[in-house]
Amino acid sequence: MAAGVAAWLPFARAAAIGWMPVANCPMPIAPRDHRKRHDELIILNVSGRRFQTWRTTLDRYPDTLLGSSEKQFFYDEETKEYFFDRDPDSFRSILNFYRTGKLHYPRYECISAYDEELTFFGIIPEIIGDCCYEEYKDRKRENAERLQDDQDDNKDCKLPNMTYRETMWRAFENPHTSTMALVFYYVTGFFIAISVLTNVIETVPCGATPSQKDMPCGERYTIAFFCMDTACVLIFTVEYLMRLFAAPSRYQFMRSVMSIIDVVAIFPYYIGLVMTDNEDVSGAFVTLRVFRVFRIFKFSRHSQGLRILGYTLKSCASELGFLLFSLTMAIIIFATVMFYAEKGSSSTKFTSIPASFWYTIVTMTTLGYGDMVPKTIAGKIFGSICSLSGVLVIALPVPVIVSNFSRIYHQNQRADKRRAQKVQKARLARIRIAQTGSSCTGFLQSKRNDLLNELLELTGSEEEEQQLNKGMSLLESQHHHLLHCLEKTTAHEFVDEQLYEQNCLETTIQSYTSHSPSFSSQDGPIGTCCTRRGKMNSPLPNSSLPLQPSHQQGSLQELSALHIQCGDKLPHTTSRSSLNMKTDDVGLINCKGSQITTAIISIPTAPSDTTDGGGLHGPPHINTTASSNVIKVSAL
Amino acid sequence: MGAVVGTLTMGERTKGERRRPSRDKIDDDFELSIVCHRPEGLDKLEAQTNFSKQELQVLYRGFKNECPSGVVNEDTFKQIYAQFFPHGDASTYAHYLFNAFDSAHSGSIKFEGFIMALSTLLRGSVREKLTWTFNLYDINRDGYINKEEMTDIVSAIYDMMGKYTYPALKTDTPKQHVDAFFQKMDKNRDGVVTLDEFILSCQEDENILRSLQLFKNVI
Repeated sequence: MAAGVAAWLPFARAAAIGWMPVANCPMPIAPRDHRKRHDELIILNVSGRRFQTWRTTLDRYPDTLLGSSEKQFFYDEETKEYFFDRDPDSFRSILNFYRTGKLHYPRYECISAYDEELTFFGIIPEIIGDCCYEEYKDRKRENAERLQDDQDDNKDCKLPNMTYRETMWRAFENPHTSTMALVFYYVTGFFIAISVLTNVIETVPCGATPSQKDMPCGERYTIAFFCMDTACVLIFTVEYLMRLFAAPSRYQFMRSVMSIIDVVAIFPYYIGLVMTDNEDVSGAFVTLRVFRVFRIFKFSRHSQGLRILGYTLKSCASELGFLLFSLTMAIIIFATVMFYAEKGSSSTKFTSIPASFWYTIVTMTTLGYGDMVPKTIAGKIFGSICSLSGVLVIALPVPVIVSNFSRIYHQNQRADKRRAQKVQKARLARIRIAQTGSSCTGFLQSKRNDLLNELLELTGSEEEEQQLNKGMSLLESQHHHLLHCLEKTTAHEFVDEQLYEQNCLETTIQSYTSHSPSFSSQDGPIGTCCTRRGKMNSPLPNSSLPLQPSHQQGSLQELSALHIQCGDKLPHTTSRSSLNMKTDDVGLINCKGSQITTAIISIPTAPSDTTDGGGLHGPPHINTTASSNVIKVSAL
Repeated sequence: MGAVVGTLTMGERTKGERRRPSRDKIDDDFELSIVCHRPEGLDKLEAQTNFSKQELQVLYRGFKNECPSGVVNEDTFKQIYAQFFPHGDASTYAHYLFNAFDSAHSGSIKFEGFIMALSTLLRGSVREKLTWTFNLYDINRDGYINKEEMTDIVSAIYDMMGKYTYPALKTDTPKQHVDAFFQKMDKNRDGVVTLDEFILSCQEDENILRSLQLFKNVI
């Protein structure tokens, strides 16, 4: 029950008078208001700023500091006010929570300070209203990430008991962890650079000797380049094998992009080794050498920027693909147009539409090589249109990539928010449980407590009863009383779901094997409501399950019942009419030293040693005698 | 009457927006006039009802907190009432309650109507309470309660219990309940219950009399 409508509880209870003529049973007694006093203003002095509110406003949330007796610790006798040495600005939103029932998160507030205030005043942050909750969660996540980053920076401390393999992996992933790792990092980087450089220089024509024509350096200094290549590939191979050995999940490592690049970088060399110097395959061999350029991608292990770029391009792939598609459309259109426009002119370069593709691309990208130019007037017109539209085409990719980059960035945040939404559902579920817990399950729980209560009312003194009721505020007890009245009006009880399922099962069993009158369905509301139901699911604290042999009947129907054993005997047998009163009031007067046990009895019970057996037939009837002193409160 | 009607229209309409044929629902809500209602003076209300000044203050503060505009319409009423019965569906019964409170059938309850009804329910005589209850049951206000009306009311009450009850609710449980009710109340067996029959029967039943006094100290 939202405390915001706590003010309407008196109205709801007054409206309950409308049920009274319909009800056939007497109503339970209303909870007494022990602390009946006029509503008074409370002064809350928070670091000098005085807030005032009604006492009942604060009492709406009894499980917080201000709503419970915990605030008595802060009471100042001389000034008659409650003094809190906390931030007055944050206190504003906290007090508004009591007033309106909604907790808001002010944007200017620091998230950790706000959290501290909430914890101090005993308010769980999940209650923050939907209007402010996203902001709160975002800020909290940023804070957590910042803390995480700080922690990551400090993570370089070597954990004890790390296996050699784990150490190696850590060294590979974070080169800054140890000097060995750093050395290794720089050495591999150096060799990558060397390898790329040799690939490049290989093709440069070296100084021409008068005897030979200009040949590239690679052919001149074959041995030197071969040695260099071998050395690099050896280093790369060793590095790859070491990474493979150290990887925690070898399969995943082999699937990763970086390892594929490594493999592609060193493979051509080995293929070249095994291949003989055959003329036929030398062409293919040359092609393979192209793959050596992939070694430059190994730099991405060393450069964060390269990785981000790669990731951006990868995620922009669909947009770039669409861009390419629209470009292709435009190219085809213009190429067709140019071809047919230039068809007439003689010795034209536009021999076919695919040949015109080249012209269109060069013109649209504003390159304009000039190797193909239109000669006819129509061709020139369309050519100019083509180049003008090409400008537009150039303008498109840049914002697309930029917007994609920002979209990717926001998408990351949205992914986190989506994760948060799953948490949000969990949060809503938690809030629902917390709020309805006080009404639904709280009510069911309090009914179980009621039985204990009544017993203690006889035996114990007022303190014990108050001890049990300590958790429940007056508001809650009044609300429970209202629900209790509804139960009595309709002569049905609230139960939780599993009990309901159980009962459904039982009634179906009943319908099968009832050779004795089934009570639950035939008894009208008059009969059923006048018995005290004590169907317990959870065992009571000092319960035992005595299976008294007299009750072991071979019937499938079972009831759970409450045995209240009284030490003393009851003075008289209770009849049905007085049962109405007694079960609601304390029908177990003069019962001292009681002990509640649960037992399973089966129906129909022939008159067993307890004389209550007869009470199960027809209108329930509780008899007690001196001998047994067991009052069976049946669940029927 | 000290009622002041303040009309506030919110939402500016520019030319561009006029072009839009379909407006968002939020705009519609904003463009509704918000009527503020202020109740009569405290002294007058105190004279008309059986509440003391403090009690009226407490009641009005709660009322105004939930309904800042000063009036309760049926949806808000249903929402508020449903919060007290989370197990089942309280909307039907809340509808009947709303009609009982809204004696003028204006579609909204003002504070005065609210207070008058509460005064009858909490501080009125037995006869007044029973008359109010009779008006609650008599849905069409024809002076008679017939079986259909009673069945509607009882079904609405059973709806509030929800699904998970013990023993399980059967479809004819309300009907049985209504039959038992008519058995008790309809003295001349003519199929309807009049006000006098109702009051007479209730006064004969001790349980009912006792339960009517149950909520004396609610405020």
